[in-house]
Parts: sequence; structure tokens; C-alpha cells
Amino acid sequence: MSMVTPLGTASQVLTTPGIDLELSFNQAMQGLGLSSEVAHLIWLPLPMLLVLVAAVIGVLVTVWLERKISAAAQQRIGPEYAGALGVLQPMADGLKLLVKEDVIPARADGLLFTLGPVLVLVPVILSWLIVPFGQNLLISNVGIGIFLWIALSSIQPIGLLMSGYASNNKYSLLGGLRAAAQSISYEIPLALSVLAIVMMSNSLSTVDIVEQQNGAGLLSWNVWRQPVGFLIFWICALAECERLPFDLPEAEEELVAGYQTEYAGMKFALFYLGSYINLVLSALLVSVLYLGGWGFPIPIEWLASWVGQSIDAPFIQVIAGSIGIVMTVIKAYVLVFIAILLRWTTPRVRIDQLLDLGWKFLLPISLVNLLVTASLKLAFPIAFGG
Amino acid sequence: MNISTSTELICFAILSMVVVLGSLGVILLANIVYSAFLLGGVFMAVAGLYLLLNASFVAAAQILVYVGAVNVLILFAIMLVNKKEDLKPIKSLQIRRVLSAGVCAGLLLLLARVDLTTPWALPGPIAIGEQATERIGEHLFTDYLLPFELASVLLLMAMIGAIVLARRDVLITDVGTGDSVDQSLIEKASTPLLIDKSTTN
Repeated sequence: MSMVTPLGTASQVLTTPGIDLELSFNQAMQGLGLSSEVAHLIWLPLPMLLVLVAAVIGVLVTVWLERKISAAAQQRIGPEYAGALGVLQPMADGLKLLVKEDVIPARADGLLFTLGPVLVLVPVILSWLIVPFGQNLLISNVGIGIFLWIALSSIQPIGLLMSGYASNNKYSLLGGLRAAAQSISYEIPLALSVLAIVMMSNSLSTVDIVEQQNGAGLLSWNVWRQPVGFLIFWICALAECERLPFDLPEAEEELVAGYQTEYAGMKFALFYLGSYINLVLSALLVSVLYLGGWGFPIPIEWLASWVGQSIDAPFIQVIAGSIGIVMTVIKAYVLVFIAILLRWTTPRVRIDQLLDLGWKFLLPISLVNLLVTASLKLAFPIAFGG
Repeated sequence: MNISTSTELICFAILSMVVVLGSLGVILLANIVYSAFLLGGVFMAVAGLYLLLNASFVAAAQILVYVGAVNVLILFAIMLVNKKEDLKPIKSLQIRRVLSAGVCAGLLLLLARVDLTTPWALPGPIAIGEQATERIGEHLFTDYLLPFELASVLLLMAMIGAIVLARRDVLITDVGTGDSVDQSLIEKASTPLLIDKSTTN
């Protein structure tokens, strides 16, 4: 039952009858003699913790996939001793980093050196606030939804610049500057392709964006209406995550490890965690924006009516909620798989090629995409969400 | 006082403290990099204040524009030209300080007067919350269209200025060979990495 937790607020629950775990939790707490407000305070961190745990588990799975797929791409076996098929290898990596000595270089700026990784990780985790796993399965259905993610991801370059500067190392500084330049250049086409989606769904909220795509299952996904936007978004998301072919800021042949060069132990782990959480988050957002989010290829409502059940029946709701979570995760991990495969099969671009691609190719294309979407919306309001 | 109002009050106190102390730090700290990072913190605290006023769109826009763009560019500029050099002693520094203090005090007086004489409607109008995005869009494209367009012209001017400054039309010749030097800013794209062996043999 806990899988279909309506994590949203009470006001959302009023519109969709069904299972409301917050309400039942509140009543159970009041049964124990606590006031409604105190029960609400106890409830508040629970969904956040759940999503945090989900994010960390997502990272562990992704790290394992990365190791296994890279091994397959290079005809190796990859990790195999830690757990069956090496599934515990990411845990071992994490534990190793946890107990490593935390070195701060002698001439480095200790305060900024510590603050940098935190500033990189926190916005990424905060962005999970808006990722929906189902109709009511998100921490908060904020009205500005996807815009919040764009705003939060713009904080990251500050953390990168900070750690690059504080390391007092020329490779770190260069890596930090490259990271900031890259993320500024790719944020613009990214935001423009999101804007085209927002224009079609008349809302910034991630829940509304998914709802708008789930009218006719697979056929109504945004990827058919926004093929160019989908590609632009995916390229920009890879660049924002600093994945190959765009991992210029940490290009090991030129910059040792870029802004991470001087980091060790848990502070390095924060960067590592941040980059993988960001990758999973980007994949989730691609699935939300373009691949119908939690939607099954055939709408759940149709399936329910074929079985002869009401969509509001508790049993159907449990199944629909579980299918929603599974669909979101499957779509996201297909994209993660593609990202990993890309990383181990493509060469790195040069910094001038990277900036040329961003400013001279993606930016004009995304502007044209926006313009075409706007005119199609005016010309065919039925198909483009007039 | 219930939990939500007291949380709001505590948040307001913390955020305003960050804004005031952070701004003081921005102007008083000797290390310019610290000032720039603190400025980012101040911008974020201001976004937090907007969030307290139920203006989430304005808060996100504040973070995107001021933290994500303005502050990053400031940091970029500082780090690209981070030279340690002793500043020349400025003549008649005391008089300049007195003058600027006078100007600032005048501004403060003006703001205080505006604050005291304006008949504030308390409590203010109810925040429209989620509809704010639509309302801002409506205003930008109707009664605030002219300022909006003027701002874009201003940005265009800044952009053209930056391009003119960045284009280096002066040709530099290589001391050794006498050829003109490739001046592309970052790594050179045109230089071939492998020497063509067919010509050398």
C-alpha cells in the first residue's frame, strides 16, 4: 500500500478520491494523542526522505550499470566479486570514499573548498522536488514546476567555480571555468526547448505536462510533436551533466580531473554523487517532458474499462500507481543506458567545437523550434494544445 | 501564534539577516572573490524573501537571472583576470570618502522618507500565488510592453558592445616567421595535429 502514497498536499487529494496516506497517517498520530499540526510536522520529512533514498538507490544502480556496460563495451567482465554480478560494487566504492582521509591542500582556501561540493549537490537534490512518479506521487506539485528545475540547475556553476578557485590549482581553475562556460551555454537551448513543451501544455507544472501527454497513450507523447526539441534537450542535458562526449571540465588527458583534481574522500564523493543524481534526474525529466512520464503506452483508463472496473476503485488505484512508478523508472533507465553507451563509444569534442555546437547550432535551432511550435499551436490548436 | 506563522517569522528573520550581513560583507571584505560569492548568497536570500511573499515565479526568476547569470559572469570575469597587484594610493581619498558617504546618506534619507510618507495598505492585497506567472505575462505584453522592449534594446546594445570588444581586428605577426598569428581565443581549431608526411618525404 505504501507504494501509492499520495505525497501531495490535502488540496490535491480532494480532487482525486482514493487512498490518502497523509490523511490516514495524520489520523493515526491523532489517535496517539498528538495534535494535527504536530502530526503534519512529523509527516513532512517522510516523503522527502523517501525521495532522497530513491535518488541514492538510483545512483547506486546507475554506477553499477556504468561499470557493467562499460565492461561489456570493452569486452571485459566488470565487477563480479562484490555480490551477485557485482551489484554491491557501488556500495563498496561508497564505503571506500567514506573512510578515506579527507585532505584539504595546504595552500587551498578551506572554507570555499568545503562549500563548493555542497553547492553542487544541494540544487540537484532539491530538483527532485518536482519529479512526478504518478498523479499524486511527488513531493510538491509547485506551479512553477519545470522552471524551478531550470533555476536551481543554474546555481551549480557557482559551486563548480568555487571549488575550482579554492583548490589553488591551475587544472582545477581551468576545469571550473570550463564547467561554468559549458553550463551557461547549454542552459539557453535547454530552457528554450522546455519552453516549447510548456507552450503546448499551457502549464509549467510537471504533473500537467504529463497529463497533457496521456490522452491516447503512446501516440500522444510529446516526442512525436517535438522531435527536434527532444534531441536538443537530450544533448543539452548530457552537456549539463558533463557526460562524454561533453565531459570537457574533467577531461583527464588535459586537465587531470578538472575541478575535482584536489578532492578526496567524502568531498569527492559529493561530486560523484551529484553528477550521477543529475544524470538520473535528467533522464527522469526527459521521460516526463517527452515520453509521457508515468503513462503506460496504453492508457490505464482504457485497460480498467476493458476489465470492467472503475478507475477510482482502490485495487485499480494501487495497480495504476505501481505501473506509473515502474513506467517512469523504466523510461528513465532506458535513457540512462543510452547515456552510458554514448559515454563509452563516442570520443570527446574539443572546447571550441563544444561552444560552437551550443551557440551556433543548438541555439538557432531551438529558437526555430520554438517559433514553429508557436505557429503550429495557432494553426492546429487541437494537436498542439491551443 | 501557530506553527506556520512562527516558521515564517523565523525564516524572515534569518533571510533578512543574511541579506544585511551579506551585503555588508560584499562591500567590506578585502578579497574580491569572497565578495562575489557573498553577492550570490545575498541574491539567493532575496529570492527566499520573494518565496516568503508567495511569489514563487519571481523567486525562481531571481535565482535564474541574478545567481545563475549575473553572479556567474561576475565570478568568471574576476577569475579570468585575478591578478594580485598593489593598488596605487589614491589622492585625496578622505574627501572622496566623505563625498560618497554624503551621497549614500542622502539616498538613505530619501528612501526613509518614501517609506514613512507612503500610505501602506496593511495587510496588503492577497497574494495570487500560482496565477502570478500568467499575470506577469499579461502585464509584460500589455501595459509594460514599452519598458520590456526598451530593456531588450539595452541588452542588445550590451551584446553588440561585447562583440565589438571581443573582436580583435589588430593583426599580430609571429616574431619568428613573420606570419600572422591565429588569434582564436581558446584552443586552436585549425592547426592540424598530425604532420602531413607526403610533403616532407
